[in-house]
Amino acid sequence: MSFQGWHHQNEELRNLSLSGHVGFDSLPDQLVNKSTSQGFCFNILCVGETGIGKSTLMDTLFNTKFESDPATHNEPGVRLKARSYELQESNVRLKLTIVDTVGFGDQINKDDSYKPIVEYIDAQFEAYLQEELKIKRSLFNYHDTRIHACLYFIAPTGHSLKSLDLVTMKKLDSKVNIIPIIAKADTIAKNELHKFKSKIMSELVSNGVQIYQFPTDEETVAEINATMSVHLPFAVVGSTEEVKIGNKMAKARQYPWGVVQVENENHCDFVKLREMLIRVNMEDLREQTHTRHYELYRRCKLEEMGFKDTDPDSKPFSLQETYEAKRNEFLGELQKKEEEMRQMFVMRVKEKEAELKEAEKELHEKFDLLKRTHQEEKKKVEDKKKELEEEVNNFQKKKAAAQLLQSQAQQSGAQQTKKDKDKKNASFT
Amino acid sequence: MDPLRRSPSPCSSSRPSSPSTPACEMFGPIGIEAVLGQLKIKAMKMGFEFNIMVVGQSGLGKSTMVNTLFKSKVWKSNPPGLGLPTPQTLQLHSVTHVIEEKGVKLKLTVTDTPGFGDQINNDNWDPILGYINEQYERYLQEEILITRRHHIPDTRVHCCVYFVPPTGHCLRPLDIEFLQRLCRTVNVVPVIARADSLTMEEREAFRHRIQKNLRTHCIDVYPQKCFDEDINDKILNSKLRDRIPFAVVGADREHLVNGRCVLGRKTKWGIIEVENMAHCEFPLLRDLLIRSHLQDLKDITHNVHYENYRVIRLNESHLLPRGPGWVNLDPASPGQLTSRRPFKVCRGAHDVSEDEF
Repeated sequence: MSFQGWHHQNEELRNLSLSGHVGFDSLPDQLVNKSTSQGFCFNILCVGETGIGKSTLMDTLFNTKFESDPATHNEPGVRLKARSYELQESNVRLKLTIVDTVGFGDQINKDDSYKPIVEYIDAQFEAYLQEELKIKRSLFNYHDTRIHACLYFIAPTGHSLKSLDLVTMKKLDSKVNIIPIIAKADTIAKNELHKFKSKIMSELVSNGVQIYQFPTDEETVAEINATMSVHLPFAVVGSTEEVKIGNKMAKARQYPWGVVQVENENHCDFVKLREMLIRVNMEDLREQTHTRHYELYRRCKLEEMGFKDTDPDSKPFSLQETYEAKRNEFLGELQKKEEEMRQMFVMRVKEKEAELKEAEKELHEKFDLLKRTHQEEKKKVEDKKKELEEEVNNFQKKKAAAQLLQSQAQQSGAQQTKKDKDKKNASFT
Repeated sequence: MDPLRRSPSPCSSSRPSSPSTPACEMFGPIGIEAVLGQLKIKAMKMGFEFNIMVVGQSGLGKSTMVNTLFKSKVWKSNPPGLGLPTPQTLQLHSVTHVIEEKGVKLKLTVTDTPGFGDQINNDNWDPILGYINEQYERYLQEEILITRRHHIPDTRVHCCVYFVPPTGHCLRPLDIEFLQRLCRTVNVVPVIARADSLTMEEREAFRHRIQKNLRTHCIDVYPQKCFDEDINDKILNSKLRDRIPFAVVGADREHLVNGRCVLGRKTKWGIIEVENMAHCEFPLLRDLLIRSHLQDLKDITHNVHYENYRVIRLNESHLLPRGPGWVNLDPASPGQLTSRRPFKVCRGAHDVSEDEF
């Protein structure tokens, strides 16, 4: 679909020579100033057993004391704890998030140990994807929580990787930049360390674990990255205690047999780790996370939802489909919920109706019972009444009879008395 | 749970610098600063892109101005419109070059619009708006692919320089109509073209009248007030806003003045030096476009204008047929415009204004 008269000579991209100073050489500075005012985000995930020194190493790396209590060994499962901090160095503001795996390696059954970690990483990708898919979105303002670097702490056994380590790293390598490090490296002797490192690297290779490759395509950093890569995995020692070495204070661990200096490259690889992680490759780590790991997640997620790019001929607006699908899904769910609620309502009504019917029946029965009882009582009372009446009748009869007798008797008596009286009177006369 | 610790929340909504993250005392340099150097290296390696569009009637010196800005012959031998009969319809011509200065590579695309305002009936500005929207559409299509490119080529117009003819009176209806439509899609920088035909006083009066016109019709030109991030930006940009539109003169010939070789126009009554602030304001335009605000122009195009386009497009997507459609943005009447704030995404720590659009 081209517009009338629009015509683009894009095919001939030629280099133009400038006859004077234009001034766009300030562009990188303009860009950097913008980024500085917005601030940077950097998120590190520390995976390792409890007590292996994750918190101490973070404190040492960032030269500060992050608030934390050591975790116990009694955790029922692995959980992730994220803490965010704002650091500032001259005019650069860094929003640092450190995610810790609490309880890793403590359980008896470690089959599912990797799951919470993978879920957390995926959740951060999902949050970003959701924001990106929104209609009204604010991506530049978004607090990026995606994990940029995963420091995998290997226990300094001196032998080889544990199977838990292999399994976990294999699950994580396509989702995050893994930088393996050997923790508490002051417990390994130098000659053992070399063997240990080779063993670890060869195991990683033979198991197909993709760890983060320090970029060597940019000439400014290629050399330093190449030399540092040779020392992987970095054997580090962390310490926030300071010990007087010579005439200055340095971070170190003091033993009866000597002092292990953290920033001494002969003693451990801490400086190398700091160089690689922060000073040289921080931006690359962020970029890899965004352009490789996140894109992979996004692609898989969208394909899972059933969308694909077809060739330019049919040009489907897959995003439209996403929205349509989501909208339909949402409406469908809404309808389903409505149905459910309706069903439940109907059911409840039925139940209540049944209850009421029951109650009604009971009442009827009661009423009948009462009626019958009443009838019976009434009958009884009637009977009694009859009886009483009969008795009364009898009594009356008896009374009448008695009265009659009495009156007769009286009369006869009176007659007798009169007779007697008469007799008496007669006798007298 | 300790308020300092936050457990991971799978679908956290975007949270700009949250107040609960504590600032930490650091006991010595870590090397975070090095990230700035890393950024620079990355930027220099990737190179920069800049797309500029010049709009105005023929004969206002658009092509010459572009040549002056970039100190090179941007247009090949025959700049469109020059020496050719006036095109019968509005056309757009684009040309892309790669220029380099001190190791910084810039891929510059200039789009010209010969035929604008030259016809009798000039209400057909669709090709210009269409072109701008087409670039947004292209970017959007690339962005929504499942398998995306590492770096999406940016052909979106970052800045549109609008040439106002030096009538000395005020903005014409054509100018006002077009600027209203344009300002809502792209960053617009109006300039008074061929300013050598106005005296200094006429210039100032013209400028003030244009500013008044812009205000009356709610035309928000670059740098937009609402995007000023902090007090420094405000001060700097206010100064610029006072001088916009810049009165410019373009020239690509060099002349000898007082022993120096300067770019200028030679006339019978003197030589107008392009880079002399006393003669014209070309240096201001150049500084704005290239030396100080180039990145800002790109950012606003990406974060505001492109996002606006995307919102409209996605909201209407279920109505449009498959394939890229052209979205028509008609300006509302001035009364309506005053009651609506421009749909913007605030850059501070406050939320996106969920205003109607």
